[in-house]
Amino acid sequence: MSTPILLQVESLSRSFGKFQALSDVSLEIPRGRLCALIGPNGAGKTTFYNVVSGRYRPTRGRVFFEGRDITGVPPHKLVKLGLLRSFQITNIFPALTVLENVLAPLAVMHGMSFAFWRSLSSQQKLVEEALTILERLGLAGQSHREVSTLAYGDKRLIEIAIVLACRPRLVLLDEPTAGMNPEETERMIRLIHELAAHSEITFFVTEHDMKVVFSVAQTIFVLNQGRLLAQGTPEEIRANPAVRQAYLGGSLDAERA
Amino acid sequence: MRIRRAGSLWIVASTAFLAAAPFFLSTYWILILTEILTMSLFAMSFNLLFGYTGLLSFGQAGIFGAGGYLAVLSLLHGPSSLWGAFAAALAGSALISLVIGWFCVRRDEIYFAILTLGFGMMLFTVAHNWRSLTGGSDGLGGFTLPPLDLFVWRGSLADPRHFYFLVLAVALIGAILLYRMVNSPFGLMLRSIRENTQRLSFVGADVRAVRLCAFVVAGTLAGIAGVLFAFFNRIASPEMLHWAFSGKAVLMTILGGSGVLLGPAVGAAIFFVLEHVITAYTTNWMVFLGAILIVLVLAFPRGVLGSLLDLVQRYRGRPRS
Repeated sequence: MSTPILLQVESLSRSFGKFQALSDVSLEIPRGRLCALIGPNGAGKTTFYNVVSGRYRPTRGRVFFEGRDITGVPPHKLVKLGLLRSFQITNIFPALTVLENVLAPLAVMHGMSFAFWRSLSSQQKLVEEALTILERLGLAGQSHREVSTLAYGDKRLIEIAIVLACRPRLVLLDEPTAGMNPEETERMIRLIHELAAHSEITFFVTEHDMKVVFSVAQTIFVLNQGRLLAQGTPEEIRANPAVRQAYLGGSLDAERA
Repeated sequence: MRIRRAGSLWIVASTAFLAAAPFFLSTYWILILTEILTMSLFAMSFNLLFGYTGLLSFGQAGIFGAGGYLAVLSLLHGPSSLWGAFAAALAGSALISLVIGWFCVRRDEIYFAILTLGFGMMLFTVAHNWRSLTGGSDGLGGFTLPPLDLFVWRGSLADPRHFYFLVLAVALIGAILLYRMVNSPFGLMLRSIRENTQRLSFVGADVRAVRLCAFVVAGTLAGIAGVLFAFFNRIASPEMLHWAFSGKAVLMTILGGSGVLLGPAVGAAIFFVLEHVITAYTTNWMVFLGAILIVLVLAFPRGVLGSLLDLVQRYRGRPRS
């Protein structure tokens, strides 16, 4: 099944009590297009992610993935459909090795969760697949290290490795460079570029680092106070007066300078 | 690789020692070894949940005791068959752990511990108060141990050395099963659950089902250990089901090392040897045992075996395979 529209969101709303976190947001993510979601703090980016990835139910509206209605489908079922998210706070298996962090989701994907008599290390196919993913992320050399001993930037890469092991078609990256130093940020941007270009995976990124957004995204969606304020190419967004006002000129100009 | 080889050398050596022990150790020490092996199996079953899956069960003794009672009941009311008694205990403890586990695996951490404690206390009360079936606080004895029938060889289990070999064989089978399990993809699931339950369920794993499997395996092995314990003492008693008895498994596991498969066995060995050595000198042995255990736990934060293995690994560098 290869619909041109991978993710379709229709008038999505979500309120918490009286607070309207998202109101009437509609957008479409075409397959293979690197999209980004931006907006000032509290604009509703994380709520949007949580609704799309099945963590929250929307108050109103629908979400379609590859034409299938996935509104309110729980996260572990979305994984099987090919929709994954990464987390803002590093969410990995700390006392396991780098290799094991990737092997765990792979074993789940291969339906081997209950294989209790076979030796894990003799599962050649599984180990090779894991090493391929780690090589892609430049982590293969550290495959036997415990991840809790890795540098922060590498831990974030483990997060990505776990996501890749699930063979996703759409990945929601929630602030992938949050807390990274400039060097690590640079490496993450390169990685997202490369993965987007050389795989079947479509990425949808939220960021508050404008530099990252404008260097990565082909299409940008701007959220403000729970509403979709604008969408377009980086140039269009940069020139959009409403967006400039929402950001009070701050971040966008800073990025330009 | 070298560490692995050294490790297997140690395991072969200790297995050989255990197999040859009846030929050179006194009956006194054979009885102690029998107790150590029985408790090792019990503590290792507990550690599958605690050390590998991150679930602290205080109900493990309940299933351990239930296994013991079921085996004795089967001998008293059923055929006088050793394997029949084992089969009854195996099926019974598997079923009991399936039912208890079905409720308990839904919760994490302290809530899981409290649920297992609750079920354990229920089992204890059944054993303690259902006098007509279980003999109440007196326990359930008065059975004769059928001979060990291995088709090619028959021997009386009244001989401590024969009984020792039975216990050794059962404990080894249990250890091999656990070894295969923790090194399998299923074992990786268990450790991933311990490390980050939510993350594993977000990659599509059925965390509850995996936990339930671990619970049933651990419970069944505990039940089998309970059979050995009841046969050894010629009685099944309510104390076997008490949560304080689960506490023994906790203690042995932490003492030996919860991150290592054989940690609980080492813990059990240290515990029994200390107990027997100290009781020879003083009746206030609990004071001294307690003091020594405190020192050991402080000196070996990852358990005696766990910390020793860490030390070896630091000396030689991590293996690259």
